[in-house]
Amino acid sequence: MIFLRKLGSLSTLHLITDDQIKSLLESIVEIYGIDFREYAPASLRRRISSVLASERLESIRELEEQILRSPIHFQRFVHRVSVSVTSMFRDPSFYLAFRNEIVPMLATYPFIRIWHAGCSSGEEVYSMAIMLQEAGLDNRVRLYATDIDALSVEQAKAGIFPLSCMKEYSSNYLKSGGQNSLSRYYTADHENAVLASQLRNNIVFAQHNLASDSSFNEFHVILCRNVLIYFNDRLRERVLELLHDSLITFGILCLGSKESLRLDDIRACYQQLIANEKVYKKVM
Amino acid sequence: MTARIVVVGASLGGLDALRTVLSGLAKPFPLPIAIVQHRGKENPGLLAKMLQKNTALIVTDAEHGDILTAATVYVAPADYHLMVESDRCALSLEAPVQHARPAIDVLFESAADAYGADVIAVVLTGNNSDGAYGACRVKAAGGMVLVQDPDDCEAPMMPRTTMTAVEVDHVLKLEQISPFLMKHCRPEENRYERR
Repeated sequence: MIFLRKLGSLSTLHLITDDQIKSLLESIVEIYGIDFREYAPASLRRRISSVLASERLESIRELEEQILRSPIHFQRFVHRVSVSVTSMFRDPSFYLAFRNEIVPMLATYPFIRIWHAGCSSGEEVYSMAIMLQEAGLDNRVRLYATDIDALSVEQAKAGIFPLSCMKEYSSNYLKSGGQNSLSRYYTADHENAVLASQLRNNIVFAQHNLASDSSFNEFHVILCRNVLIYFNDRLRERVLELLHDSLITFGILCLGSKESLRLDDIRACYQQLIANEKVYKKVM
Repeated sequence: MTARIVVVGASLGGLDALRTVLSGLAKPFPLPIAIVQHRGKENPGLLAKMLQKNTALIVTDAEHGDILTAATVYVAPADYHLMVESDRCALSLEAPVQHARPAIDVLFESAADAYGADVIAVVLTGNNSDGAYGACRVKAAGGMVLVQDPDDCEAPMMPRTTMTAVEVDHVLKLEQISPFLMKHCRPEENRYERR
């Protein structure tokens, strides 16, 4: 059974100490300039364990050596520690609210810039692109989809998702107020759904590290959903500041459904626009 | 050793089992309780609401960053993993573990990492093996593992698998679990004896 196999590696997992993690992350900063030291500890520790298991390594020391020797291994490591497994139209009630409340507001702008900060493999970016196309805004919108993980950005750019997921995505799409059939937006082979290339016309994909890179434009909407959950308080605050500086006045900030702007954040600068949804308007 | 958190895993049949356990806990219960109940993505707020009806404790769908408070029950939200850090809830969207998100193993493991020996883990009814690995982590860190008596479960596989994987501290009938927790998590002196 799976758990028995996992139990075999129990002693390995147990050997990971805070100091070893610290040493690994410090080496990574030194060699690659990417800093995971301010990532949320519980999640990071789990993910490092799972990298050890999947790479069949005995110790974190081996992982460290592998990563420092080979940029390809480092890239795989970044992928493993940062990737989110999400879905198209995740939280349909959010997309429904966005469709009904925010899209009409956006329609009043001559040109609209939207940033998906931490886009992972792109499911939610394509969801937004579909929604904006249905609202007739596709000829005056540009979506910027960024992620720290180059592999995720490549996946997002390809826009290919497992066919087995499309049933759930279709149901999400309908619950989010979609008027068509989601199948209108992709072609299927026996394993995959390939999203229509015209959806990509308005999307710019790029690698961007929220922890260290600066703002690169001013946006009308920023979606940063289920990304802040991977950061500790200090990094979270810094990222929120970066997002704040990247929003126009009265711009819209969207967080994940189980995240909120807490007291110690820059909450005073925002007004929650929609009850029960983490959709905020920048008011100052 | 002094317990500082209770973590609970449940799957098939879990709703009734959790109601029974929670209804037997009264204020002032001195510890936070974090629960993973396997669940679908539909009706995201419903589980916490249903559990709230049967208990004097406060039941909430965990949000990322919630500060863990005594006499409060944190339910893993639909389609997120729930973890605990030193004093807070943390959520994650990493891949499902054995098809489960939330997964019991993820919660238990995080509790063992963050609280060491000061964890009481409870495995309730369920028809899979989630929780067994996490229970091993809890035991390895010196914590305590309770399981619902398989003969008393709607689905016995989960506690049974845990019992195969690890020497559990106590096997309890459902209605014995909350009295046990009340007794062993007393505010003034919540030391407990090991079997």
